[in-house]
Amino acid sequence: MAAAPLPMDARRPSHTFGPQTIAAIQRMAEEGHYEIRGWGAKRVLPTFDDLVFLTASVSRYPLEGYRERCETRTVLGARRASRPLELDIPITIAGMSFGALSAPAKIALGRAATAVGTSTTTGDGGMSEEERAASHLLVYQCLPSRYGFNPADLKRADAIEIVIGQGAKPGGGGMLLGQKVSDRVAAMRTLPAGIDQRSASRHPDWVGPDDLRIKIEELREATGWEKPVYVKLGATRVGNDVKLAVAAGADVVVVDGMQGGTGASQDVFLEHAGIPTLAAVRLAAEALRELGVEDEVQLVVSGGIRTGADVAKALALGATAVSLGVAPLIALGCNGRTWVRDGVAHDATADYRALGTEPGYCHHMHTGRCPVGIATQDRDLEARLDPEAGARRVANYLRSVTMELTTMARACGKSDVHNLEPEDLVALTVEAAAMAQVPLAGTTWIPGRS
Amino acid sequence: MDPVILDCTQLSTREINAALGGLPDGAAARVMAPWGRHNLAVGLDNRITVRIEGNAGYFIGGLCAGPDVVVDGFVGWSVAENLMRGTVRVRGNASECAGASAHGGTLIVEGDASSRAGISLKGGTVLVAGDVGHMSGFMAQAGILLVGGDAGQALGDSLYETVIYVGGSIASLGSDARVEDLTDDDVLTVKRLADRAGFEHIDPGNVTRVASARELYHFDALAGQRY
Repeated sequence: MAAAPLPMDARRPSHTFGPQTIAAIQRMAEEGHYEIRGWGAKRVLPTFDDLVFLTASVSRYPLEGYRERCETRTVLGARRASRPLELDIPITIAGMSFGALSAPAKIALGRAATAVGTSTTTGDGGMSEEERAASHLLVYQCLPSRYGFNPADLKRADAIEIVIGQGAKPGGGGMLLGQKVSDRVAAMRTLPAGIDQRSASRHPDWVGPDDLRIKIEELREATGWEKPVYVKLGATRVGNDVKLAVAAGADVVVVDGMQGGTGASQDVFLEHAGIPTLAAVRLAAEALRELGVEDEVQLVVSGGIRTGADVAKALALGATAVSLGVAPLIALGCNGRTWVRDGVAHDATADYRALGTEPGYCHHMHTGRCPVGIATQDRDLEARLDPEAGARRVANYLRSVTMELTTMARACGKSDVHNLEPEDLVALTVEAAAMAQVPLAGTTWIPGRS
Repeated sequence: MDPVILDCTQLSTREINAALGGLPDGAAARVMAPWGRHNLAVGLDNRITVRIEGNAGYFIGGLCAGPDVVVDGFVGWSVAENLMRGTVRVRGNASECAGASAHGGTLIVEGDASSRAGISLKGGTVLVAGDVGHMSGFMAQAGILLVGGDAGQALGDSLYETVIYVGGSIASLGSDARVEDLTDDDVLTVKRLADRAGFEHIDPGNVTRVASARELYHFDALAGQRY
């Protein structure tokens, strides 16, 4: 006989101790450690989706889509560098390490960036030959770990990015679990193969903004003052940090919101540290304006940016460009159901299942067992990614995002995407209105201002 | 060939480094009146000799891959940081983070070095005649740190494969650092390095070897790891 159904209130879930919280506590009790995973924050956060554009009507006239020109050219780093980066689009590819990503993935990202006229970025572990060859414009990261940091590579880079923090884990340093520390990765990082590698959370040779100023000068001296110097910040105390980075001499400030991705971090960091990108971009833009350098120092924003609408909103709020990490990986095939070799699609579902996940939910970059060959150092798995096909997919994606961006800009009457402005936006929620400092839709109310 | 004279009272840092970078292999230069100037002789990859005649600031000889640099005085933070090849010799004391992240080459400090000497070392050799401050050798990955005098607290915290030799006392060891028996190879290594640096006060057979216990190489919360 079937059991009688439980009364409604017998299955009333607890908001404080919901099913996922219960499962997490039970797992910690069984395994004795916290969750480590890839990607970024999964919780619901205020995002660019909470803003909408006030496109042209009687008071503004639009430009003709598919006809009238809408400029996307973007220059980064003209403040003090003799060779600033000239990009065809205001969308760049963020720093991701060879190690966290496979060699084919890094090659594909470089080729895609080159195809659409933008830059890509190295990551922890240094610059690989393949990446340099594939990337017309390559930004070289100077990270706290200094793994693989080489002055010869510094000199053949197109720009330098001093990484102070990362939106996914500001203040947290990094990790590359042993399964991804292959012989090649270990050699590049001067570490024993197979160990759980710790990436330092603070730089080894300077502390604080006054030192940073001298550090930036050192990098410029070593490279003949040619290359733009970016300073990348995880979004926490954004206003002060941006001002200090500018005072230290940054040409470009990169602000990475808490939705930014990572190859591996503690879940507690991903969900509970930093502030959303939506709030960060406005604070950063405000800081540049307060210093009077908004036309001199460029703001690059990253963290959960996916679409042309996101890019347009970031630009409207004051960014000069955006930087994408997870989205290009998805374009490359991350979380795809299949991988393709010689035109034949192979189902990867069973490999996802072996990791305890399935396509669409995978955040298992930290395991090194990426079923589609992107976040792995396993020879067999990385062979599943064809860099040429991957590059085409990422380039297609970047072109589509750019078209979305220009479509929105034209509809707002802008002949240059950089002419988008906060006045083009309203917010759908009080939180977004407060964070972005644009009016709540249907009102003139900006929380905290009026 | 007479050394090129570069006077800091007349030239900017940029002009000095550009002049140094343009010298042919085998050339020599004298940098006069540095007066604490930062970033002198950085990013050089030519095989030249540079003599900095006085006290200098941060990052002296940083990011170099070739020259031999001598400082007749004290230096600020992070002398010879990320050194790849060549030598940097400091006749006086060095401030914090001496030899940080050096991948190769040799840093010789004839006086004392402050905290975090040899931090993040990646294959370079750091030789200090006198004492080093706390957290020296922090997260050092490869290479050698030789200390002729005493070492401050938390020596070798989170060491990877760097080996530290200390002639004097050690205030305390950092996480995952341990004292190991001195081998014949160690004695030979210390002798070679001390001879090279001119550190006659170091007795190669009477130093303490500190290396990684390698208990933090794999993250294991159940193993009672101490952080």
